[in-house]
Amino acid sequence: MTAEVQTVHQIDDAGVDLDPAALLELYWQMVRARRIDERTWVLHRQGKIAFHISGIGHEAIQVGAAYAMRRGHDYAHLYYRDLAFALALGYTPRDFYLAVFGKLGEPTSGARQMPSHFTGRAQGMLPPSSPVATQVPQAAGVALACKLRGQDRVTVVTLGEGSTSEGDFFEGLNWAGVHILPMICLVQNNIYAISVPMEKQMAVANVADRAPMFGIAAAIVDGNDVLASYRVMKEAIERARGGGGATLVEAKTYRPVPHSSDDDDRTYRSRDEVDEWKRHDPILRYQIYLRERGLLDDQKIEDVEARARQEIDEAQANALAAPYPPAEDALGPVFKPLHD
Amino acid sequence: MADKVITIREALSAALREEMQRDERVFIMGEEVGVWGGTYAVTRGFIDEFGEKRVRDTPISEMVIAGAAVGAAMAGLRPIAEIMTINFAFLALDAIVNHAAKVRYMFNGQFTVPLVIRTTTGGGKQLGATHSHAPEVIFAHFPGLYVGVPGTAYDAKGMLKASIRDDNPVLFVEHSTMLQRRAAVPEDPDFVLPIGKSDVKRRGKDVTIVTYGKGLEWSMTAADTLSKDGIEAEIVDLRWLRPLDLEPVFESFKKTNRCVVVEESLPMFNIGAEVAAQIQQEMFDYMDAPVKRVSAMDIPLPYSREIELMALPSAEKVVAAVKELV
Ligand SMILES: Cc1ncc(C[n+]2csc(CCOP(=O)(O)OP(=O)(O)O)c2C)c(N)n1
Ligand SMILES: [Mg+2]
Repeated sequence: MTAEVQTVHQIDDAGVDLDPAALLELYWQMVRARRIDERTWVLHRQGKIAFHISGIGHEAIQVGAAYAMRRGHDYAHLYYRDLAFALALGYTPRDFYLAVFGKLGEPTSGARQMPSHFTGRAQGMLPPSSPVATQVPQAAGVALACKLRGQDRVTVVTLGEGSTSEGDFFEGLNWAGVHILPMICLVQNNIYAISVPMEKQMAVANVADRAPMFGIAAAIVDGNDVLASYRVMKEAIERARGGGGATLVEAKTYRPVPHSSDDDDRTYRSRDEVDEWKRHDPILRYQIYLRERGLLDDQKIEDVEARARQEIDEAQANALAAPYPPAEDALGPVFKPLHD
Repeated sequence: MADKVITIREALSAALREEMQRDERVFIMGEEVGVWGGTYAVTRGFIDEFGEKRVRDTPISEMVIAGAAVGAAMAGLRPIAEIMTINFAFLALDAIVNHAAKVRYMFNGQFTVPLVIRTTTGGGKQLGATHSHAPEVIFAHFPGLYVGVPGTAYDAKGMLKASIRDDNPVLFVEHSTMLQRRAAVPEDPDFVLPIGKSDVKRRGKDVTIVTYGKGLEWSMTAADTLSKDGIEAEIVDLRWLRPLDLEPVFESFKKTNRCVVVEESLPMFNIGAEVAAQIQQEMFDYMDAPVKRVSAMDIPLPYSREIELMALPSAEKVVAAVKELV
């Protein structure tokens, strides 16, 4: 974060019913996710890991969305940028480092799948694929199953705005509309898909403008405002839970870092643009808000940082010390055995 | 005109550039091909040289990239569509196998589909099972679609140019870990290699290794090792999975009477199965040993470094397979 960047300050807390402890928990979740993510970039630069895809800048919408869910009860079908989302659902820093190092005991995949494919039955996190948008039809199926089984679970599926160009997005949301499914499709619109800007993906101004063609509700939210994100997601989720059908939520946000450790974003966007967005940094904005409410001061901010540092140091050391999977781990489980 | 030592990446760029200069109906479209210059930097600078009209960044829509390419080809252009990895070509499978491959036959030659779909293949980069398989054999199953997989810069240039000039649809598959490999390549803009011709890459008398793509590299390394033990392998690089040219394989087999097929495909229903079947049909009297196959293991390719490498073929595995035969 460059020092001269002045933060734009506005947080819309209208209709938000969270107590001070909960407000601070959101802050903690955002800061911890940011620090883990920054550390992972360092690990990549040091040549210790093969790849990193970052959620920096997306923390507000992700944490807001997670806390709007009944965590552990509702389903989340996430995408690779959802580190903060996953952590807020109960995925741990150690889980993440085991994944980036590809170590034995990695809980989502046994170190068989790439990192950032956030999955866990306990947290209600369904297994995402790498081909983008394929989670949307699957989420429609999960939501359909919940509805058919008479459960009051809501399915939240996430993706980026570029990925909405896939047929999967359209076909999945068409189902959600036809079957009046308890499903929220959350599009994190950071205006780029790797190097390709939004206007080369779609001819409409907002992803959410497409909702009427599916017969579902739509909402657009400032995805860098954690409280607005929380409120909008909460409304959509509770409407879905009450039988009101699906919502397409578009969170306007920005990715101030490269797409992944494989690209250099200077080739496709100006530094001025990136700096302008840094003024809207979701964590700094929220920090100002909490200070004004007397919930944060310099000391408390440092306490949060120290706690995050300690948790991350421990997680990283622990994962580094873990062994690699043994060769036989490569073999299964492909099929469930025919005869158990 | 002279030869020049260049990388596979440069060979591919040169082929695309020359063919775009030669024929203005040729254009490129795909994800990240324009401003970014291609996921593997093959089209870097093209947007400045040829303009946005002919170098087109598309939405993330594999189905439309392939489907629209079929359409544009039927309507008189010669599209080169890029799919980031062959593992994402599954999202475009219908356009490729049900349409590109079948239209000419189904409609009695009224429409041809002069289309090239360029894509990458292969593992070894810790990208997990949905990025890293080498399933080109699946596409070779369908008549009507040519499938080329170059293993050298020389072949990459000559094969890609031939693909662009041909009136049939071609799936052109480049190995994502081989783009820096160098070889001498003709600079002559009319250098093209015939479609559907395999090539003997090494002479030997003791065993025939049949391979393509990355398998060529493992096989060449293995042959050097084997040579030190007095075993001389002859290596046939198929280059094309369709049309599949096994004549040089049969010729070689008459001399060696033994064959190992090396490929990065999964082990079941792969090129090795086809080659073994054809050898036992055509060369039964020459067989001194069963045909051996070296391939990836029969699992989705894992992420963690060591187990990923274990699941892939290697020069050591080729050496071991040959030593079981001779
Ligand atoms: C089917 C498919 N095509 C292409 C890719 C390569 N790819 C990975 S991420 C990405 C960009 C996605 O952009 P967007 O949906 O806006 O999400 P963001 O990364 O910006 O959060 C692309 C093209 C892929 N993973 N899957
Ligand atoms: Mg995006």
